[in-house]
Amino acid sequence: MHEYSIIQALLDQCENIAQQNDATKVEKIQIKIGVMSGVEPHLLSVSFDTFKEDTLCCDAVLEIIHQPLVVECQECKHIETLTEVKYKCSNCDSSNIKVIDGEDMYLMKLEMS
Amino acid sequence: MCTDCGCSIRGIDDHEHNHEHHHDHNHDNKNKSLVFNNPHLNDAKTVEVIKKILDKNDHEAIHNRNHLDSYGILGINLMSSPGAGKTALLETLAELGKFKFGVIEGDLETNRDADRLKAKGIDAIQIQTGSACHLDAMMVHNGLHKLDLNNIDVCFVENVGNLVCPASYDVGTHLNIVLVSIPEGEDKIAKYPVMFRKADLILFTKTDLLPYFKYDIQKEKEMARSLKPNVDILEINTNDKASIEKLVDWIMFKKKMRG
Ligand SMILES: Nc1nc2c(ncn2[C@@H]2O[C@H](COP(=O)(O)OP(=O)(O)OP(=O)(O)O)[C@@H](O)[C@H]2O)c(=O)[nH]1
Ligand SMILES: [Mg+2]
Ligand SMILES: [Zn+2]
Ligand SMILES: [Zn+2]
Ligand SMILES: [Zn+2]
Repeated sequence: MHEYSIIQALLDQCENIAQQNDATKVEKIQIKIGVMSGVEPHLLSVSFDTFKEDTLCCDAVLEIIHQPLVVECQECKHIETLTEVKYKCSNCDSSNIKVIDGEDMYLMKLEMS
Repeated sequence: MCTDCGCSIRGIDDHEHNHEHHHDHNHDNKNKSLVFNNPHLNDAKTVEVIKKILDKNDHEAIHNRNHLDSYGILGINLMSSPGAGKTALLETLAELGKFKFGVIEGDLETNRDADRLKAKGIDAIQIQTGSACHLDAMMVHNGLHKLDLNNIDVCFVENVGNLVCPASYDVGTHLNIVLVSIPEGEDKIAKYPVMFRKADLILFTKTDLLPYFKYDIQKEKEMARSLKPNVDILEINTNDKASIEKLVDWIMFKKKMRG
């Protein structure tokens, strides 16, 4: 359950940003979770509801964007969204591909008041 | 603490990864000061951030790598499910004695793995993670400051036995080795793609047990390469010195290639 630690990191980040913006409350947090980031979005939501109490985010809504894997082939420059976890270009069969999105977790947007 | 490496991370020793404690504490303080300073601020504002959630960990990981680099040490993170053979491999490497290494041990509750290595004359630092199911860069940083870095060529981090959580954390080593043992059965790679995608080297361990298990190692290798086309793969068995020497060659090659 590293989702707990990840939510702790997220709450810290949000508090810092809220402070920098002289906000007293965070209303909404938008995050982007890659399918290959290694975290379970549902567990993130559960952890968020557990840990947001006693923080500036106590009434905040957590919006999670599920980000599929997007790759760019380095041979033919074809860009595609992968539906299965096979790191290969569907156009030219090359496995020399670069991951553009879908392997990380990002804080995207923060609504504060 | 970090006085001798000049790093900017503060409060590491007392932090000790009791995240809940640390955070509650801070939040209280921040809430209070904010309420007092801005009692009437209530206009909504939206900011676009686009920042990695584990940004802070990643930053500390970079610091750890700089730290290792300044001593010319190669850092290697060992990850696997429980019992795949991480500690046994380190014991065997100690017996072979081809290079000098230290170990930062992540273990839930005990000192057993660190004690096993100390018994072989290896400098091993135990980090008890308590309920944490993975090591993060801060914990490893803590461990680094307790090791004698002047005296080793390689620093291993033995992560918590777990194929899920450790995959999300850059602990600040240079390379990830992921072990998968024959008795665990097929499909481990397909079931935990994120972990195997992180591997620079996959070690199939306990290959002496291949005759006793239905395990198509070729198929597993193909699966690994569909996740990570350029991954290195070796087979090891702690009773077969030649297989371990091949791994030693791999490690020494990587060390040489870092100048
Ligand atoms: N047959 C055989 N057994 C092995 C081999 N390597 C390790 N083992 C055995 O596997 C068991 C677990 O090994 P450990 O080294 O403790 O595994 P670990 O990955 O460190 O386990 P945790 O730290 O608990 O995650 C021990 O009983 C080892 O003796 C091998 O190459 N062949
Ligand atoms: Mg062990
Ligand atoms: Zn976990
Ligand atoms: Zn292509
Ligand atoms: Zn330091």
